[in-house]
Amino acid sequence: MSNLVIVEHDNNEVAAATLHAVTAAQRIGGDVDLLVAGENCGAVAEAAARIAGVSKVKVADDAKFGHHLAENLATLIVEQAQGYSHILASATTFGKNVMPRAAALLDVAQISDIAEVKSPDTFVRPIYAGNALATVQSSDAIKVITVRTIKFEAAAAEGGSASVEQISGGADTSLSSWVSQAVADTDQVDLTSAKIVISGGRGMQSGDNFSMLHSVADKLGAAVGASRAAVDSGFVPNEFQVGQTGKVIAPDLYIAVGISGAIQHLAGMKESKVIVAINNDSEAPIFQVADYGLVADLFEAVPELDAAL
Amino acid sequence: MKVLVCVKRVLDPQVKARVKADGSGVDLANAKMTMNPFCENALEEALRLREAGIAEEIIVVSVGGGKTEETLRHGLAMGADRAIQVVTEDSLEPLAIAKVLKQVAEQEAAGLVICGKQAIDDDSNQTTQMLSALLGWSQATFASEIKIDGEQATVTREVDAGLETIQVKMPAVMSADLRLNEPRYVKLPDVMKAKRKPMDKIELDSLGLDTANRLTTLQVEEPEGRAAGIIVNSVAELVEKLRAEAKVI
Repeated sequence: MSNLVIVEHDNNEVAAATLHAVTAAQRIGGDVDLLVAGENCGAVAEAAARIAGVSKVKVADDAKFGHHLAENLATLIVEQAQGYSHILASATTFGKNVMPRAAALLDVAQISDIAEVKSPDTFVRPIYAGNALATVQSSDAIKVITVRTIKFEAAAAEGGSASVEQISGGADTSLSSWVSQAVADTDQVDLTSAKIVISGGRGMQSGDNFSMLHSVADKLGAAVGASRAAVDSGFVPNEFQVGQTGKVIAPDLYIAVGISGAIQHLAGMKESKVIVAINNDSEAPIFQVADYGLVADLFEAVPELDAAL
Repeated sequence: MKVLVCVKRVLDPQVKARVKADGSGVDLANAKMTMNPFCENALEEALRLREAGIAEEIIVVSVGGGKTEETLRHGLAMGADRAIQVVTEDSLEPLAIAKVLKQVAEQEAAGLVICGKQAIDDDSNQTTQMLSALLGWSQATFASEIKIDGEQATVTREVDAGLETIQVKMPAVMSADLRLNEPRYVKLPDVMKAKRKPMDKIELDSLGLDTANRLTTLQVEEPEGRAAGIIVNSVAELVEKLRAEAKVI
């Protein structure tokens, strides 16, 4: 067996999500190589080579990979796939975008969002918003996989000494081009890696009211999240969304404020270690997964919580 | 321009999936089924493109057995011009679905294909990307805004870090994210009108494609539930519990 993990990065740093995909590859067994495709991404290659347990880092440094456009990147992955039994990436918007394209070009299935490695060809993955777990066995020669990051610990970012090999290849398809990126407020604590998250739902009533949550978050060193209902209502941007179609997170403490607990929201947070729910509706389904429930008006409870911290 | 919208029949998102006692899958017998919510976003966007004079005809397509027709009728009631059902009782994987859709897109000479970004049953999030690959077309996934200008489209994508804007050449395959639009409600006269709209049926076998599944589902089980929690009576009690008992703050 041999694994190739596609590194997610911004041409400067390795994304934390990739470290979890490396661990999944290690569970499968055999060599773990990394593919860094980008533009002026030498620093990423160096950092990737220091990840513990990695054998080799392949670097394709070319303008056509600068913005990780799926059409170009998939052609490189397909070329590099030969000789590997498993191709992995994290199940982030990066991995979800490019990996199925590469799988189709290889004429193999993708196994999405794996939560457990049972054997080199058998994996557990959540379906129906995590309300069921399917164990699936792949018959493909090359297994293309995206990894549910919260289910695999991060590999150590330091301690490895992999060899670095410069490669070329992949096509410039010229099918699409990058225009711009509106990046979220960088002062925010990263939602996917935060130890504590406080999220608001429809009950917040407005985007302005999220300032109450930000105030609590600042005191706790927490990230702020939101339910799909809050995103749908335009209170906060989509990158705040926790749920089946947003981010899937598992912090030590998750505080759900004014969130009813729709199935699709629970899918994104129910593996948190401790869950607190604050809601004025005692019948809200969020209380069924909460370790600590407080039936209260959030507009009184949140400022009180802020003052108590 | 013809727009092909791919839709899937799924368990209603408000209904909790129940695993069958024998662990063979999720019990869908007598369960309420609907059009996958993201597919509604995809269709809504196509309808708006027609209203803006960019799309001329909208075709909804789905792959599945008998009751798939109901889902396609819903698409016609929303406003699609006609429907195609690729008929099979087998449960196809995304790769096989993408192969089928490729043939349909080519036969119909579609200039744009829009799908939902993810089906809420198997949560695969693959079909759009695979279809785009097989067609060799440009790809714009997780779209929250689509602007089409002749041979080019500008698409804003919902990515983990925020919003990314890309420009793609037409023809393209795109997938709809939740903020792309708000799907319209279907009114009774629309339902009546939909009954008279054309619905083509194509037998899957007649396409001559390799649609064999690559994955075997060995078992489906329910995840472990969480232990019951407690209701606290005050913010002070909550903070005390989080500090002393849970030790998380």
